[in-house]
Amino acid sequence: MNALIGGVVRVNFNLSEEQQMIMEMVREYADGVLKPKAREVDERGEMPWDNIRQMAEMDLMGIPIPESYGGAGLDFTTWAMVGEEVSRACTTTGAVFGADMLCLYPIYFFGTEEQKKKYLVPLAKGEVVGAFGLTEPNAGSDAGNVKTKAEDAGDHYILNGSKVFITNAGDAQVYVVIANMDVNKGARGLTAFIVEKGMPGFEIGKNEKKMAYNSLPNRELIFTDCKVPKENLLGKEKRGFRVAMETLGVGRIGMGIGAVGLAQAAFDEALAYSKVRVQFGKPISTFELVQAMLADMATEIEAARLLVLRAAFMKDQGVPYEKEAAMAKLFASEVAMRTTTKAVQIHGGYGYTKEYTVERLMREAKLFEIVEGTSEIQRLVIANHLLR
Amino acid sequence: MNIIVCIKQVPDTTDVKINPETNTLIRDGVKSIVNPFDANALEAALQLKEAAGAKVTAVTMGPPQAMDILREAVAMGADDAVLVSDRAFAGADTLATAYTLAMAIRKIGDYDLIIGGKQAIDGDTAQVGPGIAEQLGIPQITYARRMEMDDDMLLVERMLEDGYEVMKTALPALVTVVKQINEPRYPSLRGLLAAKKKEIPVWNAMDIGADEKRIGLTGSPTKVVRIFTPQRNTRAVMLEGEPEKTVETLAEVITKLSV
Ligand SMILES: Cc1cc2nc3c(=O)[nH]c(=O)nc-3n(C[C@H](O)[C@H](O)[C@H](O)COP(=O)(O)OP(=O)(O)OC[C@H]3O[C@@H](n4cnc5c(N)ncnc54)[C@H](O)[C@@H]3O)c2cc1C
Ligand SMILES: Cc1cc2nc3c(=O)[nH]c(=O)nc-3n(C[C@H](O)[C@H](O)[C@H](O)COP(=O)(O)OP(=O)(O)OC[C@H]3O[C@@H](n4cnc5c(N)ncnc54)[C@H](O)[C@@H]3O)c2cc1C
Repeated sequence: MNALIGGVVRVNFNLSEEQQMIMEMVREYADGVLKPKAREVDERGEMPWDNIRQMAEMDLMGIPIPESYGGAGLDFTTWAMVGEEVSRACTTTGAVFGADMLCLYPIYFFGTEEQKKKYLVPLAKGEVVGAFGLTEPNAGSDAGNVKTKAEDAGDHYILNGSKVFITNAGDAQVYVVIANMDVNKGARGLTAFIVEKGMPGFEIGKNEKKMAYNSLPNRELIFTDCKVPKENLLGKEKRGFRVAMETLGVGRIGMGIGAVGLAQAAFDEALAYSKVRVQFGKPISTFELVQAMLADMATEIEAARLLVLRAAFMKDQGVPYEKEAAMAKLFASEVAMRTTTKAVQIHGGYGYTKEYTVERLMREAKLFEIVEGTSEIQRLVIANHLLR
Repeated sequence: MNIIVCIKQVPDTTDVKINPETNTLIRDGVKSIVNPFDANALEAALQLKEAAGAKVTAVTMGPPQAMDILREAVAMGADDAVLVSDRAFAGADTLATAYTLAMAIRKIGDYDLIIGGKQAIDGDTAQVGPGIAEQLGIPQITYARRMEMDDDMLLVERMLEDGYEVMKTALPALVTVVKQINEPRYPSLRGLLAAKKKEIPVWNAMDIGADEKRIGLTGSPTKVVRIFTPQRNTRAVMLEGEPEKTVETLAEVITKLSV
């Protein structure tokens, strides 16, 4: 996809030669390594470091970051396409891959040269993993209500408060944390900081027990008079809301493509099963009602993929893409939910058992409608753009 | 240290079907891959490079499309690659192949270690590695399952059916490896992109100074008469009853068969 003419996207669906080579390699890796152990990864109950290390060696952890900062120097479209393959083969690894970018990207976009050298390089090389901490017990959809307090204490800042649900927390080395320098001003007090694991006063709390994604770390961040050096301010004081929104833009592409990968995995399972399951003397794939489900699933996945890749493409072109990213995330996550539900349906009773992957995929799909802006919030964002 | 890795392009056997009438491989539309043992050979070279520093050059003899596996080798981390390709090489048996590769290796020159796979999964002879060593007049160790530098000597564990041998050789030497030696890495994105831009030279018979009587069909004393899957005509007879009785019957059977 390339070229923008008069604000209209002229569509070219061909992959570049580079992208073709990359996708061939990534597909081979996803099917050869990630997929065969996806079930075991889900059952082990801890971060799949083996996969992450391997992906780092393949330069997959910093795809859209310039080579001068340890990345591969490619674009967000390629990052998204790789993300789909990873999520399709191993949803947990896909989630780590997506959440990691929520830390890399704001440091790349807002960071000083020193911050990039110190934090972005090891993150982009995949030597360490990152996390993004915005949500608090009383600030979810209402991000402006963040109460974690940041005070200027002369040569450093002092952070007090806590975050919940933070993906990769505990395993991550670098955290982009949104705190508030003026609680009375709500969103206009928000300020972003780079916090390192092990800084005095920064502790990791309990790991959530979830409906799915058993091996994905989601922990609390607890700040008790945490001293953060002055040079770890990310962007400007009281401009953290922009950092959060800019980050969530990329996050929506990441979530959207993760949902597409997950939906594709469920579809692949359902299609294969429908051909081998025999009832009334025939494979169930010969029944038109089953065929209709398969046709709808495939069509919706294709539409979701195109929406997400278009948002990524717009981001690469440097044009506003907030509305498109919200549409992509909203649609893709609801497609993932519908697709996995149908995939279970096609599997019948077996689909309801732990023997079959679609049971897990259906539980996992629900996350996408909640995280990084619920479906309701996405609709609000889209409507705000429409009514401007 | 300069390491040369010999890699061969082979059909992906997981894809291969046999033509039941001619009993030959149907190669049309079959994906080509790096011979799996040669991927292990390359990985072994890259690990030595990471441990001790080395320049790794991948070489293959094959048709122009064999360039693909050389790019793959560069993507995995090989520093250089050479395609040895000439119509005159066609029809080479293992002797001519070994001669041709040895001449190419001489032209690369200044090598310390040559690594190849145990065997190619299509030809399956396991002769080319040893053949190259003979042509070059250097020591060879086959079936390596572990390999490391020990000062300026190479220490190799050589896999046997019921154990292993530990061997040490001075360099230059040639080693062929088994799959147990390592897990080949996937290429990296940066490697892939570098490989795409890499200039890979193509050497023909003249470039490597090959004697035209020793290459291709002309240089191949082996002639393939027929390739077929052997028929299995085994019959098993189960002897039952008391051991004394069955021993007697067995003795009779063996006598009758005049084994
Ligand atoms: C597995 C997991 C991983 C996560 N990872 C991270 C992370 O890495 N970093 C991070 O910062 N956060 C993370 N989160 C938090 C996540 O982003 C929030 O849970 C999400 O934004 C929703 O916030 P909430 O849970 O407080 O729900 P609430 O905001 O309390 O929403 C409850 C319900 O009310 C609806 N609602 C709220 N406001 C409105 C409105 N104005 N109009 C209509 N409906 C509304 C919502 O749509 C929802 O249905 C994660 C959560 C989970 C479960
Ligand atoms: C009896 C016989 C007759 C044959 N006749 C013909 C013929 O008429 N026409 C024809 O096209 N083929 C013919 N072949 C096939 C051809 O000789 C072999 O493919 C080739 O010599 C390599 O031998 P191999 O595949 O057994 O490799 P092996 O000896 O099993 O390979 C061992 C290692 O040597 C290296 N190596 C092998 N080949 C190459 C290469 N080309 N480039 C780089 N490294 C390599 C690799 O490291 C490999 O792992 C014949 C084979 C046999 C056994």
